Amino acid sequence: MKITGAQAIIKALEYENTDVIFGYPGAAICPFYDALVDSGIKHILTRNEQGAAHAASGYARVTGKTGVCVSTSGPGATNLITGIATAYMDSIPMVAITGQVSSELIGRDVFQEADITGATAPFCKHSYLVKNEKDLPRIIKEAFYIASTGRPGPVVIDIPVDIQTREFEFNYPKNIDIKGYKPTYKGHSLQIKKVAEAVSKAKRPLICAGGGIIRANASKELLDYANKCSIPVTTTLMGLGAIPYHHKLNLGMLGSHGVYAANYAVHNADLLIIMGARVGDRAMGSPSQIENKASIIHIDIDPAEIGKNIKVSIPVVGDVKSILSELIEVSQKGNVEEWNVLINEAKEKNSIKTNYEDKAKFVSPKYALSVLTKLIDEKTVVTTEVGQNQIWTANYLGVRKAGTFITSGGMGTMGYGLPAAVGAKIGALESRVIAIAGDGSFQMSMNELGTIKQNKLGIKIIVFNNHRLGMVREMQKVKYCSRYSGVFLDENPDFIKLFEAYGFTGKTIDSNSQVEEALKEMLSDDKTCLLEIIVDPEESTL
Amino acid sequence: MGKHILSVLVENHAGVLSRVAGLFSRRGFNIDSLAVGVTENPEISRITIVVDGDDYIVEQVGKQLNKLVDVIKIKQLEKEESVSRELVLIKVEANANTRSEIIQIVEIFRANIVDVSKNTLTIEISGGANKVTALEDMLKQFGIKEIVRTGTIAIERGNNYTKVNNNDEE
Ligand SMILES: Cc1ncc(C[n+]2csc(CCOP(=O)(O)OP(=O)(O)O)c2C)c(N)n1
Repeated sequence: MKITGAQAIIKALEYENTDVIFGYPGAAICPFYDALVDSGIKHILTRNEQGAAHAASGYARVTGKTGVCVSTSGPGATNLITGIATAYMDSIPMVAITGQVSSELIGRDVFQEADITGATAPFCKHSYLVKNEKDLPRIIKEAFYIASTGRPGPVVIDIPVDIQTREFEFNYPKNIDIKGYKPTYKGHSLQIKKVAEAVSKAKRPLICAGGGIIRANASKELLDYANKCSIPVTTTLMGLGAIPYHHKLNLGMLGSHGVYAANYAVHNADLLIIMGARVGDRAMGSPSQIENKASIIHIDIDPAEIGKNIKVSIPVVGDVKSILSELIEVSQKGNVEEWNVLINEAKEKNSIKTNYEDKAKFVSPKYALSVLTKLIDEKTVVTTEVGQNQIWTANYLGVRKAGTFITSGGMGTMGYGLPAAVGAKIGALESRVIAIAGDGSFQMSMNELGTIKQNKLGIKIIVFNNHRLGMVREMQKVKYCSRYSGVFLDENPDFIKLFEAYGFTGKTIDSNSQVEEALKEMLSDDKTCLLEIIVDPEESTL
Repeated sequence: MGKHILSVLVENHAGVLSRVAGLFSRRGFNIDSLAVGVTENPEISRITIVVDGDDYIVEQVGKQLNKLVDVIKIKQLEKEESVSRELVLIKVEANANTRSEIIQIVEIFRANIVDVSKNTLTIEISGGANKVTALEDMLKQFGIKEIVRTGTIAIERGNNYTKVNNNDEE
C-alpha cells in the first residue's frame, strides 16, 4: 500500500520505538503534523523550538533512548540550533526533524527558507536533506542508528514539504550499511593488557570519569573496577553520578570549578586513567602540566578525542562498559595504600562542605543544596541551568545515580534546565524532577511553564535569586576590577505571581533557618511549584 | 611542519565537500589544496588534500575527517611511495621579442603551449610541486598575468591502491 512521506516518517518513528516527540508546528511541517493525528505518538508542544530540542535531550538523558524534536522550516529550524549544538557538545542521542520549503524552491530564498543542514554542520553528528521520498525509511533508520551508536549525538533530517505529501510504497529496511560509519566497540586486547599492567605498577593511580561512563551505562563496571583496584575516582561535570557521591573512592568534580581533593589528586597522580571524558578545558585547564607528571591512559569510544588535548601513553578505543568488564578480569591492585591515605587527607580539606554562613536576608545556596541532598531519594532527577547555580549544584548536591544529574556541560547553555526537566519528567514520570536555576537563566526558558501546565507535569523549581547574572558578575569582580557591566537583574518579575498566573504556587525564603522546612514542604506533594531562594549577590561560586 | 597528502574516499553526495571544507575552517587546519573527482565507482569520490602542518595536525585532520559519516577511508600518501601531479595553466605576457625565449623554456620543462595571442602565451604544465614552481619562477621575468591550478592529485606507486574495501596491498 502506498503512503505519504509524512505517514512514512510516523511509521519509521514507530519502528524506532519513539513514543513521544517534542516540537512546534508550522507550514513546512504541516503534512507531518496532519499524519500525527492518526498515530499513537505523543506530541509535546513546547513554547519555543529551542525548548523542544532541550526537552528531547532531557528525555534522552533519563531514558537512554534517542530524543526526537520537530520544527518547521526557517525560524523554527534556526530556533532548534542552540538545542542541537548543546546536545552535540554533551554527546546526547537526538534526531531533529525539520520541515523545509518545497524541493523545487530550495535555493531561491523563499518565505521561511533556511539552510539548516548547512547551519548545523559544525555541531551535529550527521545530517540529511531528503531529496526523494523513497529515501525516507532508509534515512530515518540511519539517523537513529547514527544518533544512538558510537559516540552519541544529534542527527538532523531536513524534509521538504512536497516530499512529505508524495506517495510511495513503504518498506522499512532491516539492515544498515553505512560505509563510512563503523564505530569500534571492542577494546584492543593488547591495549587492555597494557592498562592492567600500568595500573598494577602505579603508586598513585586516579580515574577521571566523564559523561561517557553515563552514556555507556557503565557505572556499575566503573565501581567494580575502582573497588577492585582501590583507585580513587574524580568526575567531570558530565560524569557526576557515575559514582555515588558518598562512595569512599569518590573525590568529586575536578577542574576550574571543582573541589580541592579532586584537583589535588589530578596534580599528584602518577597514572591518570581518563574514561569517557574529553579533557575539556574546564576539567583540565593545563593538560601539559598533567602529562608531565603522570602517564595517561585514555579510554574513549571516539578515537578523535584521544590525543586531541592531552598526550596519551596508552590509548584504548571502544565501549567503556565492555572495556571495563575486561579490565576487571585482568587487573590487579597495585601498591596504593599510601596514596589512598593522602587522598583521604585531601578529602578532609574539601572544607567546602561546612563553610556555610548564616546571613540576615540571604540563604546560603551551598547549605540549601546540602539539605536538599538529604531529602531526596536516589531516583530524583535534578536539572540545572548555567552559572553559579550550576556549579553550586554540581559541588553541593550529592548525586547518587548515573543519569539523574542533567546539565549543559559542554555548551553551558542558559535556558537548558527547565525544558530539559520537561523532557526528563516525561521520560521518568515515576521520578521526582527538580529544576534548579539562577534568576537569569530561568528567564531564558520560563515560557516552558506553559508546557508544564498543559501536560500536567509536576516539576519542582528552585530559583536561586541573586538579582544578578551571578557568575558573570563574579568574573567581572575578579578579573575586571569590579567594573560591573550588564549583569544587573534588579527589575525581576514577582516570580511567585508569575507561577500563580500559571496556576502554580510559590514561596520565597531568605534565611538559612527556613531552608529545611521549605524544602520539606516543597517535596510534600507532586505539584509544580517554585521555591525562590534569595541569595547574596556576593556569594562566591566555589 | 610540512606538506602532507591525504587521499580521502567519500560518498559522492551533495554536501560532502562543504562538510569536509567546513571541518578544515572550523578546526583551524590549513590546507594548501583540495581536489575532488569521482572515482572508478560513480558512487564514490576522491578528495586529495594537501595539508600544511606537523604530525599532530595531520593526525587530528585524519581523525576528524574520519568522524564525518560521509568519509569512507583516508590514506596518507608518503612522498616516496606515491606519484603526485598538479595541472597548472599559466598565462604569460609575450611579444615578438620574448616569444621564442618563452617557447624554449616551455620545451625544456616539457610543458605545452595551449593558446596564443598577440601579447600572451598560455602554457599548460603538469607535474609535481617542484617542477611547477620552477617553471613559474622562470616565467616571472616575462610577466605572469594569470595562474590557474587544479590542486595536487596523487596516487600510490606500484601495486598499492586505496579502495573502499582493501587494506592497502592486493
Ligand atoms: C545562552 C547563554 N548566554 C550567556 C551565557 C553566559 N553566562 C554564563 S553564566 C551567566 C549568568 C547566569 O546567571 P543566572 O542564571 O542568574 O545564574 P547565577 O550565575 O546567578 O547563578 C551568563 C550570562 C550562557 N552561558 N548562556
